[in-house]
Amino acid sequence: MSTKSTVDSRQSTVAELRKLTLIGVNKTPHRGLEHPASGKIPDGIEPERYEFREEPGWNFTLGGFGLARRDFFKLMGCGVAVFLVARSGAAQESGGRGGGRGGFRGEELPNEISAWLHIGDTGAVTVYTGKVEMGQNIRTSLTQAVAEELRVETGRISLIMGDTDLVPWDMGTFGSRTTPTMNLELRRVASVARDVMVELAARTWKVDGKRLVANDGQVRDRDSGRSIEYAKLAQDQTFSKAVVENDPLTPPADWRIAGQPVPKVDGRDFVTGRHRYTPDVVLPGMLHGKVLRAPSFGAGLVSVDLSAAQAMPGVVAVHDGSFVGVAAPSAELADRALAAIKAKWNEPANQPANASGGSETSPGSAPASSASSGNLSQYLKAHVQQGGDEGYGRSSQEKGSVDEGLASAAHRLDATYSIAYIAHAPLEPRAAVADWKDGKLTVHTGSQRPFGVRDELVEAFHLPSNRVRVLIPDTGAAYGGKHTGEAAVEAARLARTANAPVKLVWTREEEFTWAYFRPGGAIEIKAGVAPDGTLTAWEFHNYNSGGAGIGTPYEVANQRIQFHDCDSPLRQGSYRGLAATANHFARESHMDDLAHAAGMDPLAFRYKNLKDERLRDVFAAAADKFEWGRAKAAAGHGFGIAGGVEKGGYIATCAEVSVDPTTRAVRVLRVVTAFECGAVVNPDGLRNQIMGANVMGFGGGLFEAIQFEKGRILNNHFAQYRVPRFSDVPQIEGVLVNRKDIPSAGAGETPLIGLAPAIGNAIFAATGVRLRSLPMLPSGRLLSA
Amino acid sequence: MNRLKIRVNGAERTLHVEPDTTLLSALRDQLGLIGTKYGCGEGQCGACTVLIDGKARRSCLTPAASVGAAEITTIEGLESKGEGDANGRLHPVQQAFLDEGAFQCAYCTSGMILAAVSFLKENPHPSNAEIVRGMNGNICRCGTYPRIVAAVRRAASGEAGKAGKVQG
Repeated sequence: MSTKSTVDSRQSTVAELRKLTLIGVNKTPHRGLEHPASGKIPDGIEPERYEFREEPGWNFTLGGFGLARRDFFKLMGCGVAVFLVARSGAAQESGGRGGGRGGFRGEELPNEISAWLHIGDTGAVTVYTGKVEMGQNIRTSLTQAVAEELRVETGRISLIMGDTDLVPWDMGTFGSRTTPTMNLELRRVASVARDVMVELAARTWKVDGKRLVANDGQVRDRDSGRSIEYAKLAQDQTFSKAVVENDPLTPPADWRIAGQPVPKVDGRDFVTGRHRYTPDVVLPGMLHGKVLRAPSFGAGLVSVDLSAAQAMPGVVAVHDGSFVGVAAPSAELADRALAAIKAKWNEPANQPANASGGSETSPGSAPASSASSGNLSQYLKAHVQQGGDEGYGRSSQEKGSVDEGLASAAHRLDATYSIAYIAHAPLEPRAAVADWKDGKLTVHTGSQRPFGVRDELVEAFHLPSNRVRVLIPDTGAAYGGKHTGEAAVEAARLARTANAPVKLVWTREEEFTWAYFRPGGAIEIKAGVAPDGTLTAWEFHNYNSGGAGIGTPYEVANQRIQFHDCDSPLRQGSYRGLAATANHFARESHMDDLAHAAGMDPLAFRYKNLKDERLRDVFAAAADKFEWGRAKAAAGHGFGIAGGVEKGGYIATCAEVSVDPTTRAVRVLRVVTAFECGAVVNPDGLRNQIMGANVMGFGGGLFEAIQFEKGRILNNHFAQYRVPRFSDVPQIEGVLVNRKDIPSAGAGETPLIGLAPAIGNAIFAATGVRLRSLPMLPSGRLLSA
Repeated sequence: MNRLKIRVNGAERTLHVEPDTTLLSALRDQLGLIGTKYGCGEGQCGACTVLIDGKARRSCLTPAASVGAAEITTIEGLESKGEGDANGRLHPVQQAFLDEGAFQCAYCTSGMILAAVSFLKENPHPSNAEIVRGMNGNICRCGTYPRIVAAVRRAASGEAGKAGKVQG
């Protein structure tokens, strides 16, 4: 807060912004998502973001912020602009990335600007942010945040999101970071803008600003009763202000617009089909592109013959290094041209195949080695990356003595869990529309990282960053699967040779095959419990699937928790919730076994070993709604419970299943998920996320698995890769635990992580069969008695 | 390349088609009706659903040359098509989706709405189980199925546009 007086009170021209010296801003260049040397995993930086491993090849800036204030307002229109200067924490995600390459229409902005807002002379409020909308509903929740602090109705506000020419630099939209960071940033910038409005009114009326109050898009004089609209105050103004911090924000208890179930602000555009996703972008003279794919992962191009494709009228065929593709006036002609290309490939040997899915072990059998029916677990454990305990890709937490804890245990349980690769399968596949004009490349694409895609294009085409513009239309979902810019680079490569705009839309088969996957993995747990149910030891090893949510929230004196990075046989990367889903599945399944070993109710066992009050509260909320301990399962039915903490969100899920005694078919009958993420910004959006996350969790939990062999994906169609449908979904109840006293955390991911273990635990309660693989039930039925 | 006349959203339109031109690409690329989406190209996801003579059909599997004189309705044609509604009024199913917030990314929404319109024509007063069966060919990867069921129920009950949610 010490910086406040140096900047907050100061009115700056835009040109002056670059001169601001900020105390407390982290000037260390932020190198993307580099790995913590300490082994501790900080918020928002997860080791399974493998697609970020390589450092970009560039490291430069393009000089300072040269845009004069006059030009700035010429572009934006007259009015009032407020710039928010990110402080150290937020600077790592938005704004202050050492190089500061956010910009406005090709001009550089000061490094630390993380968001800005403009009030025009019509009263229209335009907010600029690098975050993107892909169904998680932040266009609405961020609009609410601005409306709340600026004291205007949501309908006056529009958000410019993810346009690299118009918004400040931002690391990307992932890790459930928008609500804890950008929501806060926008509240701050809006709060300052409100103060500016009051200040301008005070000047206009020549009165003390203290007697003025802003409300409903107006400033009112409490003494005289007169009022003036923001639109009027913004007229003929070219007023700009930069702030680091500002006056206290409106506390959640006083929210009137934030905290409300505001419907999707542009919902009508979606029910009428008007919204243009990337595949819907049309440019004059645009061609349709197709890319030639290798027959298997790792296959190298030996030779290619383009002549038949090139002979087709209107077709442009490109061969550049390993890239082969075509562009044509129609998608059908592009398909035919691609089919006419003759290519020879060299396919590598020794590709592993995967585990083919679910497995069951009964309580008495040795669980460890039989948990996988394929060779994935063995492959991964044989391909652990070397590099020392503190090196990249390894994290280690250790306290006490696990050996002593295990030796002193009354009950000891060791088990191995296996995790399949799964696909994100967003309904909008990867797509891009690329256009070169006057040496500048403009690309529309669906991605979670507009600036990351821009960097990929800068690198691929050796361009200065102000010659590349990436725009992200609100996207047909991503689920962690669109961190990269393959389609953008491919479309741009084709457009370069075609000398015309090119649209490239990946087929479903391409999306299933060439997008990256949620990592598969193996998890080994050894644990011990004392006669009274106290955990005595907890040893947890995750091979390859990731380190998110790897820690245990339970009190254990002796613990060793390690993530082991492995060479993956498939291209892998982020997925909604990251490895928290796998790690919670293993941990909460194991906790359930330990409870039964200790002869305790699974919820009582968790309480016995849990001090975290917020987690205890969500367990209580879910259990209460579910009537855990009060209701009794019918014959052939079982109840299960699981929970955890991840990305600032606290979750507990209860499930009821029934198992048909004859067919052994499992049905999930009811799910209750309680979730607490601090002060709720939009209860309707939050319920939608909880619902959607649970539905998505059914897929990875019960039946989704990528099947692969010899570098080929065997089930790269919806007909073979089953995703949850209407008929898979039981009654799902979301319970919101609204903590207005705690800053809001994100909610797009964590509500997913309790479902699989809750169902697995319910199946165990019904049958005594423990399922230790994700997915648990590819066939829908238990295979063993 | 053959010239072909088809009827879309109440008007006659001219296409230039090859035998492999799908109705989906003709609608999107030639007529600019981008509300109909590509999701899989294999009839598995329902994002490309349009009405052909009032019945839900997969436009990705329908050759453009095969539709003949049939009336095709896309999401763009639904808005003004509500019986007795003036131009720009949402169809009750569209309104019900808005009322229930029955979407997240909404890429599936056009197909869902048209599938629901077709389904409700055949079964105007469905049970929840019938809605699930009737809509099961359409994928919402965001998982808003319970809200979509609620929206279809709301449209069926004539409650579209009225306050209050069916589904929490």
